[in-house]
Amino acid sequence: MFAFAVKRIVQAVVVMLIISFIGFAIKHNFGDPVRELVGERVTPEERAQIRERLGLNDPFIIQYGRFLAAALQGDLGRSFFFKRPVTEVILSKAPATLELVFCAAIIVIVLSVPMGVYAAIHPRRLLSQIIMGSSIVGVSIPVFLTAIMLIYVFSVELGWLPSFGRGDTVTVFGFWDSGLLTRDGLLHLIMPSIALSSIMLPLFIRLIRSEMLEVLESEYVKFAWAKGLRPRRVWYVHAFKNTLLPVITVGGVQLGIMVAFTILTETVFQWQGMGSMFIESVSRADTALMVSYIVVVGAIFVVVNTLVDLIYGLVNPTVRVAGRQ
Amino acid sequence: MPKLFLRTLILTTVLVFALGTTAQAATLKLAMDADPVSLDPQVQLSGGMLQYSHMVFDPLVRWTPEGDFEPRLAVKWERVNDTTTRFFLRKGVKFHSGNPFTADDVAFTLARLKKSDDFKGLFEYFTEAKAVDTHTVDLITKEPYGLVMAMATYIFPMDKAFYSGTDPENNKPKDLILKTDYSFANFNESGTGPFKVTQREQGVKTTFTRFADYWDKNTGNVSEIIFTPIAEAPTRVAALLSGDVDFIMPVPPADLARVEKTEGLKLVTMSGSRIITFQLNQKRRPEFANPKVRQAMAYAYNNEGVVKKIMKGFATAAAQNSPKGYQGHNPAIQPRYDVNKAKALMQDAGYPNGFECTMIAPNNRYVNDEKLAQAFVSMMSKIGIKISLKTMPKAQYWDQFDAQVADIQMIGWHSDTEDSANFFEYLYMCPDKKTGRGQYNSGNYCNPKVDELTLNSNTETDVAQRSAMLQQIEKILYDDAAYIPLHWQNLSWASKDNMNTADIVNVMNFPYFGDLVIK
Repeated sequence: MFAFAVKRIVQAVVVMLIISFIGFAIKHNFGDPVRELVGERVTPEERAQIRERLGLNDPFIIQYGRFLAAALQGDLGRSFFFKRPVTEVILSKAPATLELVFCAAIIVIVLSVPMGVYAAIHPRRLLSQIIMGSSIVGVSIPVFLTAIMLIYVFSVELGWLPSFGRGDTVTVFGFWDSGLLTRDGLLHLIMPSIALSSIMLPLFIRLIRSEMLEVLESEYVKFAWAKGLRPRRVWYVHAFKNTLLPVITVGGVQLGIMVAFTILTETVFQWQGMGSMFIESVSRADTALMVSYIVVVGAIFVVVNTLVDLIYGLVNPTVRVAGRQ
Repeated sequence: MPKLFLRTLILTTVLVFALGTTAQAATLKLAMDADPVSLDPQVQLSGGMLQYSHMVFDPLVRWTPEGDFEPRLAVKWERVNDTTTRFFLRKGVKFHSGNPFTADDVAFTLARLKKSDDFKGLFEYFTEAKAVDTHTVDLITKEPYGLVMAMATYIFPMDKAFYSGTDPENNKPKDLILKTDYSFANFNESGTGPFKVTQREQGVKTTFTRFADYWDKNTGNVSEIIFTPIAEAPTRVAALLSGDVDFIMPVPPADLARVEKTEGLKLVTMSGSRIITFQLNQKRRPEFANPKVRQAMAYAYNNEGVVKKIMKGFATAAAQNSPKGYQGHNPAIQPRYDVNKAKALMQDAGYPNGFECTMIAPNNRYVNDEKLAQAFVSMMSKIGIKISLKTMPKAQYWDQFDAQVADIQMIGWHSDTEDSANFFEYLYMCPDKKTGRGQYNSGNYCNPKVDELTLNSNTETDVAQRSAMLQQIEKILYDDAAYIPLHWQNLSWASKDNMNTADIVNVMNFPYFGDLVIK
């Protein structure tokens, strides 16, 4: 177990290095941050001086080396726009994104499991057809369209839900601004979470359904039927348990993807999390923030996948044996 | 009985008083496309920062819709001699910190402006502000200067005592101007303006609270502004339509009709002063050095048609740079769309079959910039000029623009001085690295007459004379077809209809929120 964990951590560090290198290498293509900092009247000479002061004229390798050296001490640089260390900025934006992903994940789990299982157990029923049909529609509508439609129906036309932002938040543990603890905050969460879950939900329904169908065809399920077990026991205890294995793996990867998908959802809902922060930093060529976001999201991917592997190892011992070799 | 009467009287009084105050004090929920980058009004010269300055600081004077100067912190002014203008300051004005406002603060503010990378260019004609007594200050210029008053609209006095000394947080002077890092002034403010910044989470929310000791009592009734930046235009409109915010700017052209038709909302639009142009590079393309080719292109471009079809009427077709109301606006100059004439001119110029060239334009800087460039390409193809167009985001565009990588380049310009000469100085004077003139003249148009008239206009203090000079320049640029002007972008604001929106907005797009009255 320990060797497995160490191996994963070394892998993670290599992945992070590569991600940061790529992030750093492409940052020049996003334009000149100095342009975004100064007004139109500032002369090219003065802009050059500002570039020099910020160390933007140094060769790529020196800049990258400086970044790495500072990063090892936990300093990812300063955001030009926010005028604060980027770690501070990202930490202040992370709760918004994580809460959004958390709520969307709950929607996905709570809805996809019963729907997927139902569609597998009763493939021919009308409700199953409806579930499967609408999941195709769901997976093919882009997130931003879903988001805008939600806003127009529920905010503009019906006036039931707030159209943008996080609403009232409460600070817990001294740093975490939570929208989960106020009524207003929860109301603001509804539409963004639905929009964010709209891509993953159909995917998971289909995944659970097909896995479940496969398991229901397997020998041991047939044996269970032959033993004369009650249908509920066969479905929910014998079949469903084994359906979950592949779902956990895919779920881990998808959770990371969901963090990346928040970029669109947050932009449309003016949700002040890491996703909208990233898009804004790209348009402002706020390079330190851009690179750090890529590194942080990369880190989330790596951590989540490592956790999934560990959990999977607990559920399925063959993985653990493979890791020991 | 008298007891009951007394009680009723007291109750009624309390009730009326309570109702009266609630009707008086009003909260405004405001959404714009971006929020100010800093609390330091001198850190960046941009529309957003000036909008902020008008909320938290007060200028010496400000523009009225008619183009006159309205006294703010200066109550009157007079010219002492050719290079000195004396301002008499308002008495009894307090800064947010509680410090009294005096002439020393004005001197401090101008000295700091001259240290700001962004503002020192605007104030290069000024030597200093000299305090004559506590409430009189002289603005001194290097030579006679026609725009002293216009520049006084940019002097937002800052609290000298508040911004003096060393900040314990970073052991640096409090008045330091820093663009990318923590500085005292980036995170603290003390102005004389109608609102104080009471809470700020950059990029998320800023709360402005009415300054209780504001000198101007005869003004708006907004006690608090909750300002949220909403970058996505459809979300901004949806927030207004659903009632989550009370006031938005700008309104995207696609939603103008919808906002206008919605009951309970009010849309205010006006012709703006940002001119959009295409510059034709004479150094890269010998064809463009021929005035006939440039004229042909001007004749081939359908300003009115584009305004109607692409801008949906949300712009004013232009054939010159100065919008109406500017001293240089020449009413005789009108758009000249005539394809046959354009073809004849191409024939005359010796290019009956046209030629090929390249063009770049931004795709997220001006309203519909990419579509405008595409329309230009298709119109020019009618007179045989085949253009290969490349568009890119603004963060990448300006370096390409400076490097003059294409034959035709797009640029929009808003005059910081609200004066015509600014267009000519930056876009039309012969490019000169030393003086910085013609800094954005990427077409290398160079006409000594234009240079001479522009420089003379700066030192001309007689308004009629100056107008004549500036209008003459517009005529020369039009006859020469120096560049192709497209239109002035319109400005737009939308709000609930229970406020006097139209009274507080203006062509500079600096809404005077201090004057907003919500019924």
